Amino acid sequence: MAEAAESPGDPATASPKPLFAGLSDISISQDIPVEGEITIPMRSRIREFDSSTLNESVHNTIMRDLKAVGKKFMHVLYPRKSNTLLRDWDLWGPLILCVTLALMLQQGSADNEKDGGPQFAEVFVIIWFGAVTITLNSKLLGGNISFFQSLCVLGYCILPLTVAMLVCRLVLLADSGPINFMVRLFVVIVMFAWSVIASTAFLADSQPPNRKALAVYPVFLFYFVISWMILTFTPK
Amino acid sequence: MAAADELAFHEFEEATNLLAETPDAATTSRTDQLTPQGHVAVAVGLGAEDEVEENDKTSLLQEEKQQPGFWTFDYYQSFFDVDTSQVLDRIKGSLLPRPGHNFVRHHLRNRPDLYGPFWICATLAFVLAITGNLTLVLAQRKDPSIHYSPQFHKVTVAGITIYCYAWLVPLALWGFLRWRKGVRERMGPYTFLETVCVYGYSLFVFIPTVVLWLIPVPWLQWLFGALALALSASGLVFTLWPVVREDTRLVAAVLLSAVVLLHALLAVGCKFYFFQPLPLEHIAPPPQAISLSPNTLLASTSPRTMVT
Repeated sequence: MAEAAESPGDPATASPKPLFAGLSDISISQDIPVEGEITIPMRSRIREFDSSTLNESVHNTIMRDLKAVGKKFMHVLYPRKSNTLLRDWDLWGPLILCVTLALMLQQGSADNEKDGGPQFAEVFVIIWFGAVTITLNSKLLGGNISFFQSLCVLGYCILPLTVAMLVCRLVLLADSGPINFMVRLFVVIVMFAWSVIASTAFLADSQPPNRKALAVYPVFLFYFVISWMILTFTPK
Repeated sequence: MAAADELAFHEFEEATNLLAETPDAATTSRTDQLTPQGHVAVAVGLGAEDEVEENDKTSLLQEEKQQPGFWTFDYYQSFFDVDTSQVLDRIKGSLLPRPGHNFVRHHLRNRPDLYGPFWICATLAFVLAITGNLTLVLAQRKDPSIHYSPQFHKVTVAGITIYCYAWLVPLALWGFLRWRKGVRERMGPYTFLETVCVYGYSLFVFIPTVVLWLIPVPWLQWLFGALALALSASGLVFTLWPVVREDTRLVAAVLLSAVVLLHALLAVGCKFYFFQPLPLEHIAPPPQAISLSPNTLLASTSPRTMVT
């Protein structure tokens, strides 16, 4: 550790010392070698990688993207304070989840079309425009998260609700009754709480401290509406 | 003694009147009161030249911070410059209107925000559609022949209705008040955003009311509706009264009654459209049901389905 030589800390000496007078007395002790590399040898190899992704097989490309999406799914299911979702954002995961959810939620042609559940386009529009609105809201309130990072987080945190939709569809294969409804209600509530907690864990830090509740409330409303759509799904 | 008079506590009304006369004066929050930046002085006993100085300082300070153009992001960011505590305070102010308190002056303090109106309208639209659907669920419990369906189109209808009401009616009101501006001497009209704010926050009281409309007791529903309408409309009236009272009596009366009437129309319309009273054969069905009933008569052989 660099140690300063005995610098007089004596307040009695009132003579004005020049600035940084003690610096010249700092000496590095002899038994610690100072060494290291200044060049960054990896940089040239990264450039080689970039150009070689053109030549790789399609299988490699798809698997790389799928692995990235899968890694982010794991981060959502076990929300920790990590930056992976924010740093390497992508919108593949939200697209896959949104399309899956919208396909499962859409009603076929009902006998009375106006009366049925949401159509595919309605679910799609709610999810994407809802996410865009929440992102705009959080940016207008002064948050320092980028637009696509926020879309990425909100889209990935739909994963628990998609799982809830799958479970509900399976449960609905059994005969309906109050127990059926209770099971579905319980699953949807748990997954809704999971979604809100996961997205808040990622998003809340980017807001100024006295506006956190203002930014989190629309997220709550968004997932509440999606949960409501899942809960009221009745198969034909 | 003049000095003692200056030091005496003056009513807050005078500050709001001063603020009304110079609506562009910068108001500062409580933490900034120590800095002598063009805030509206409460001690009215100051000499006239001090007020002129204050106004000069105010106008200078205002020119320094340039208004960004409306195509930049910062322009819209200035409308979301609120904290959680401020939004909660404004909501509380709209829930408990008092005759002397002007919502715009006391709670908004001439700094309207768009967060409140936008998200209150969104919440109200979704809550309307969801609780309307829930009444159908509860009705099906009692009468298993009623066919339950998610009725998702109600979300669209609710959203369009609430947003049109909360933005177009303030636009009309603002336009009308500006048109009548010449008649008034003392108090300038509210800006468009302040009017939108007043309407947006006044809709907040309907959110718990709509949830309470789940209780299937008709007279209780009407009681809650009347209570919410009274609170909301009185908030609007108390806010508009200082602006309108200098106008001719006829115009003032017509304007205030039009505002209250539109509000009542919204409340009653929502009640009838989203909360169909049961059982259906006692009430005349709404027009959509009539146009669709031939289809359902042909299509379904089972007992009556509830068509909305």
